[in-house]
Amino acid sequence: MSKHPVTLTVNGRPHAIEVEHRKTLADALREDCRLTGTHLGCEHGVCGACTVIVDGAPVRSCLMFAHQAEGAQIRTVEGLAEGETLHPLQQSFIDHHALQCGFCTPGFLMLAVAALERDPEMSDEELVEVLSSNLCRCTGYVNILKAVRAWAGARTAAPA
Amino acid sequence: MTRAPGKLFGRSVPRIEDRALVSGRGRYLDDLAPEGCLAAAFVRSPYAHAIIEGIDAAEARALPGVHAVLTLADLRAVLTSDRLVTALPSPAFAFQLDRPVLVDAETVHVGEPVALVIADTRALAEDAAELVEVDYAPLPAVADAVAGLAEGAPSAHRDLPHNRVARFGFDYGPVDAAFASAPHVVQGAYQVHRGGAHSLEGRGVLSRPDALTGRLEVWSSTQTPHALRRALAGLLGREEEAVLVTAPDLGGGFGPKLVTYPEEIAVAAASLLLSRPVKWVEDRREHFLSTCQERDQDWTMEMALDAEGRILGIRGTLVHDHGAYTPRGLNVAYGAGVTLPMPYNVPAYRLDIQVALTNKVPVTPIRGAGQPQGAFVMERLLDRAAMALGLPRDEIRRRNLVRPEQMPCEKPMRMRGGEAAALDSGDYPATQAEAQAAADWAGFPTRQAEARAQGRRRGIGIANYVEGTGRGPYETATVRIARSGRVLISTGAAAMGQGTATMIAQVAGEQLGGDLSRIDVTCGDTRQSLGFGGFNSRQTVTAGASAHAAALEVRGKLLKVASHLLEVSPDDLDIAGDRVAIKGAEDRFRTFAQLAAAAAGLPGFPLPGIDTPGLEASAQVDVPAMAYSNGTAVAEVEVDPDTGRVRVLNLVLAHDCGVMVNPMTVEGQVAGGVAHGLGGALYERMIFDEDAQPLTATLADYLMVTAAEMPPLQILHRESPSPLNVLGLKGVGESGVIPIAAAVLSAVDDACADLGLHAARAPLSPADLRALMRAARSAA
Ligand code: FES
Ligand code: FES
Repeated sequence: MSKHPVTLTVNGRPHAIEVEHRKTLADALREDCRLTGTHLGCEHGVCGACTVIVDGAPVRSCLMFAHQAEGAQIRTVEGLAEGETLHPLQQSFIDHHALQCGFCTPGFLMLAVAALERDPEMSDEELVEVLSSNLCRCTGYVNILKAVRAWAGARTAAPA
Repeated sequence: MTRAPGKLFGRSVPRIEDRALVSGRGRYLDDLAPEGCLAAAFVRSPYAHAIIEGIDAAEARALPGVHAVLTLADLRAVLTSDRLVTALPSPAFAFQLDRPVLVDAETVHVGEPVALVIADTRALAEDAAELVEVDYAPLPAVADAVAGLAEGAPSAHRDLPHNRVARFGFDYGPVDAAFASAPHVVQGAYQVHRGGAHSLEGRGVLSRPDALTGRLEVWSSTQTPHALRRALAGLLGREEEAVLVTAPDLGGGFGPKLVTYPEEIAVAAASLLLSRPVKWVEDRREHFLSTCQERDQDWTMEMALDAEGRILGIRGTLVHDHGAYTPRGLNVAYGAGVTLPMPYNVPAYRLDIQVALTNKVPVTPIRGAGQPQGAFVMERLLDRAAMALGLPRDEIRRRNLVRPEQMPCEKPMRMRGGEAAALDSGDYPATQAEAQAAADWAGFPTRQAEARAQGRRRGIGIANYVEGTGRGPYETATVRIARSGRVLISTGAAAMGQGTATMIAQVAGEQLGGDLSRIDVTCGDTRQSLGFGGFNSRQTVTAGASAHAAALEVRGKLLKVASHLLEVSPDDLDIAGDRVAIKGAEDRFRTFAQLAAAAAGLPGFPLPGIDTPGLEASAQVDVPAMAYSNGTAVAEVEVDPDTGRVRVLNLVLAHDCGVMVNPMTVEGQVAGGVAHGLGGALYERMIFDEDAQPLTATLADYLMVTAAEMPPLQILHRESPSPLNVLGLKGVGESGVIPIAAAVLSAVDDACADLGLHAARAPLSPADLRALMRAARSAA
């Protein structure tokens, strides 16, 4: 299979890579951009471990071809922190013990960040509904919900 | 019941693992990509049982980018044997069936690895794997353990006379006499079904022959790096020292990653044959088809009781589906059988266990390892007995639970290692009472009546459990103060996401300055020659005890060196942060770095107050018996009679895992186990058709619990220190899963009490429940 050039804009930086048309965005991020924070748990669109943000929307990067993401703004877990300062949701995950093995964590972080950036006023039921689109085998979700709620609460409480 | 926490020990400190993991800087197996690494894909059997009459790989080999297509015949060039021997010994085996590294002539389950394709990329390797032509002659398959034991059933392996791989059991007390004279006897047939572990990260292995050192370096997503090293050394004909195995960050384990797999050997062999690094990463489909599973058991049981509801005896039979091989021995069936009567006073017990081969993925422990099944059957029987005697379900349990004054309570059974089965500590009735209080058990009739008035069916259920933890004999821990002053700990204990590094750091750090930021932990370290890894909720107990002992020894040396340098008695010194200082004169101190340098010695000078150089100690504390954790789950549910849907409204789990090193991570373990248990109660079922073809091979067909299904969960902790180790520790990793199916189905029964319904199968799907309700109505 022949490779074709494509430029992916990830966390604000261009990555000029050459990949087959059939290569998924997830594989391209991991193998060609060497951003291995995005994980693959099923490769069939169910687990959400591969969730990244594409033009503001949470996307399962195992279901999107790299070439489809040309020109889009892609955000991955590697882009959440500002230097040494963690994104408040990352910190909240640590504070609330919302991760164990951490394999699902990047997916949950990107899912929650995208969802709450789009709709900061999201109700608790909607939040649970959104978070139920990703799977975690370790935590039983209890602490993931706590961590996201705490961050959502702090965001709405703080002046914009 | 809680004790005062130390600086680190007993505190809910944040985990040292987390910062890297939330930043996308974890190093999981598939994140490792050495220069020149090739990718592997396996050709897997599409048949549950077949003879392989030929393999034609010419077309696959011709594909550009393909480096090799390897069969067992090819791997033999570097293998000392075709078979991977991993089973724990047992005299009960009729035959032991070890897995081949790749299938030779006969394949015995769908998904079994037949050949291995090595290519530039995984996608190419998969393309090529599809081009490999394997000529299969299908044979009749054994799809059901019970049917497979019947006279005239086909054999799961064509050369075997039958499928009964082992028969053994438990037998104590006057069982038949108890039944002959008992005023009450209840019966039930119970089934628990197969599921998978489904760690979000599957298995995976990377092997790299190092031309410079002559060593083979292997990274594997395994719970037991030491066992893998042993298997690789044996099968590749090398000294263990010439094989280095590292477990990188694991994306979960939950049991199946504790056995060594054929794929790990095959990939290592391929890397030797090609003199290139080779990596294989399991995809989800492969996890469904080839990673060990658990829980298919069929029980036919009866319980005899006296007029007050005290158990007189339990007897019956268990058929355990063992799958197509015996990779771990008989421990799951054994664990189920020994667990059943453990929490209660059962004066007589006889269980006949038949372990049956089927043409399915082999069975090895998954979180709980037989204990969920044993608890399920016992608790279901108790509910049935309560109904028959007209006793409340909590009351019948109270009358039979082992009481605190009986502790330690030895049972007339042996563990599989031969030691007596004994409960070490705990107050089971008090644990149950706490769970009931938190769930407002007393107020439930009112809630139920209110729901009824609105036409809704509500039920409450209860289940007790014990968990055998801390399987010995030991785990290695080495503690060292480096010249930098940092505390370096290395252990054979393997991390799979539970926070093992933090746990070890808390235990050891408590003695060594109490500052987590100065401690580094290496888990699953095969540079330590002896070790086991993670299974049986063992590591906090075994590695914790060893880390504690080693840290105490290093502490003693630190104090001796400092006392020599500062010219005061060790008793006048205190350790805080990375300093050893004189009490009351904290400006007079030596840093760990200074002390480590002094302890290393100087040419021509005597050692500073110590007999052996360096600030290092290693321990392998012997753990002779298992510490038993215990708990009680209370579930409240609503049942929709029209759809058969069960909604869990509330869950309470009161548990006691001895002294907790880190209550926050304990709670995390319990919550995760509960979610898995909920899956086992209502959702997760690995379905096979009558030819043993798996029908659930995606996460869309096999339903795992999501955030939407998780009910409000309240976890209550008790701490009864285990007398079996100095820190009073017990394990907890599998606790949450054990009682959930029993508690939820107890609640479903209760919601349908007017129909006399008794759910006997887990998981209970909506269709199952509708069928049960229909049957109950027509029987009424
Ligand atoms: S890996 Fe993309 S949804 Fe599971
Ligand atoms: S933390 Fe392990 S899968 Fe979520």
